[in-house]
Amino acid sequence: MSDSIDIINAFALMTNFVIIPAISYGSQLALGALAVTLVYSVLRFSNFAQGDSMAFGTMIVILLTGFMINQGWIISGIPTALLVIPIAIIGTAIYLLSMDRLVYKFYRTRVKPKTITFCIASIGVMFVTGGLVRFIIGPRPQTFADGERFIFSVREFKAFTGLEQGIALKTSQFLTITIAILLVAFVFYFLQKTKTGKAMRAYSDNEELALLSGINPDKVVQVTWLLVAALTTIAGALYGLDKGFSPQQYHLLLLPIFASVIVGGIGSPLGAIAGAFLISFSEVLLTYAYKKFLIYLLPLSMHPNSLVQLIGTEYKYAISFVILVIVLLIRPTGIFKGKVLHDYG
Amino acid sequence: MAYLEGVNLVAAYGVVPILHECSVEVEKGELAVIVGPNGAGKSTVMRVLLGMLEATSGSVTLEGKDISRLSTQERISLGLAFVPQNKNVFPSMTVEENLEMGAFLRTDDIKKTMEEVYNLFPILYEKRRQLAEELSGGQRQQVAFGRAMMTQPSVMLLDEPTAGVSPIVMDEIFSNILDVRDAGMAVLMVEQNAQQALNIADKGYVLVSGRNEHTGTGRELINDPEVRKKFLGG
Repeated sequence: MSDSIDIINAFALMTNFVIIPAISYGSQLALGALAVTLVYSVLRFSNFAQGDSMAFGTMIVILLTGFMINQGWIISGIPTALLVIPIAIIGTAIYLLSMDRLVYKFYRTRVKPKTITFCIASIGVMFVTGGLVRFIIGPRPQTFADGERFIFSVREFKAFTGLEQGIALKTSQFLTITIAILLVAFVFYFLQKTKTGKAMRAYSDNEELALLSGINPDKVVQVTWLLVAALTTIAGALYGLDKGFSPQQYHLLLLPIFASVIVGGIGSPLGAIAGAFLISFSEVLLTYAYKKFLIYLLPLSMHPNSLVQLIGTEYKYAISFVILVIVLLIRPTGIFKGKVLHDYG
Repeated sequence: MAYLEGVNLVAAYGVVPILHECSVEVEKGELAVIVGPNGAGKSTVMRVLLGMLEATSGSVTLEGKDISRLSTQERISLGLAFVPQNKNVFPSMTVEENLEMGAFLRTDDIKKTMEEVYNLFPILYEKRRQLAEELSGGQRQQVAFGRAMMTQPSVMLLDEPTAGVSPIVMDEIFSNILDVRDAGMAVLMVEQNAQQALNIADKGYVLVSGRNEHTGTGRELINDPEVRKKFLGG
């Protein structure tokens, strides 16, 4: 290792271990946060079942992937999961729509339903969904990524650039970022430009006036669940390809997702995405061990002896909460001026 | 039989009775006004006519057809339009999107109706790309009115269209309402500004505690000494 200051290698190190993973994780959170935002805006409750719904969608992806590989229906180089996502979305949509029909609709059709009722009901749906997933696929962690593992590996990067530090781009990371951009663009286009999307916004803005304009609330609710199913399944599958699947892990994803939504501004789709990246970068930056990075940047005499890790990775969920508390204290409306929490009731 | 009729309407919010055999009717090309003290059930009449509140007895007919059992949406598609008193725009949508939403059920070209609305309210054309929440109270009222016009209704129901606007804007709104009436629409309006409203009304209803207390042409009611004393401040 050189003893001079080496900015390029320091930057390569940062890119490989912080920037790319954080962008990838942030994209996965953003899709989940967008789903929570849609449910919040249109159905007016915070969906506690989001994490477990992602587990449900991913479970279908895993089962279908296994089936496809068994049958030999694979395209070399491409993760099989990618091929089965559309079918998994349909499966998740059917599940979410059934839950809506069985649970949420019952409360929605009552006179003056309270938001908190739906929140508590969604906690029930969360436990049922989580249980169902564990029952069907088991509680153990699983990996289901096949195909080419890297777009380019550390070794290839080093050989190409001659740098001491390499940068790798995993297929799952590349897919995550590309698909997230496309999906977010689609959702925004849908909400801003299509008649159905505008009807969803109108219903979210003023339910009674939407009804008076002839907008069918049942259809708005159905389309919302369809979009949520797509976002949920894709977010879950991408997270699983990147980091592996386990029901417990997905259940806990609810925490950073809720933090993203609140930090960004409740009810604001753009805020949800901004919040997701704020949370992901905070998590990765605060749990990264900076020893090597500092060795590149500091003269020999100042090289650190410790790992220079601010917070242990086991505390990463606490980071979401600290950010959450700070935002609620300083700017309760979130970055993008969403609704304040007490508007819930 | 009048174009839109509510006959002997009885309605309650939960167990609290609001309307006791109250009747209203309006013809095409006619402006009918409902006035009365607070809590008389004026807005409730509209909600019942629209099917937003179910009447326990009585009937609502449109062109002689009973529509009492139809949902709000079905009544909207038959040509009823409603401008609520408050929360009558989509705040986070642009003026143009508000108008588009008004035409949600239509499958034909809505450009022409939109032009008509812009001709009626030129300021809305200037602000068509602005969010409704950024507009003044009077302009918002115009958006609300325009949104209702976009359905190309045959009946327009207005709940206190001049609430909270300046006297100048009030005159403007009343003149818009008369334009719409003259174009052949049936207009039924609930108003707090009883004097001004009865002045332009073809027909007036004074509602007290959910009952028809006085009925007549606008002029008759204004000249009725009892109505003057009780409701118009002498």
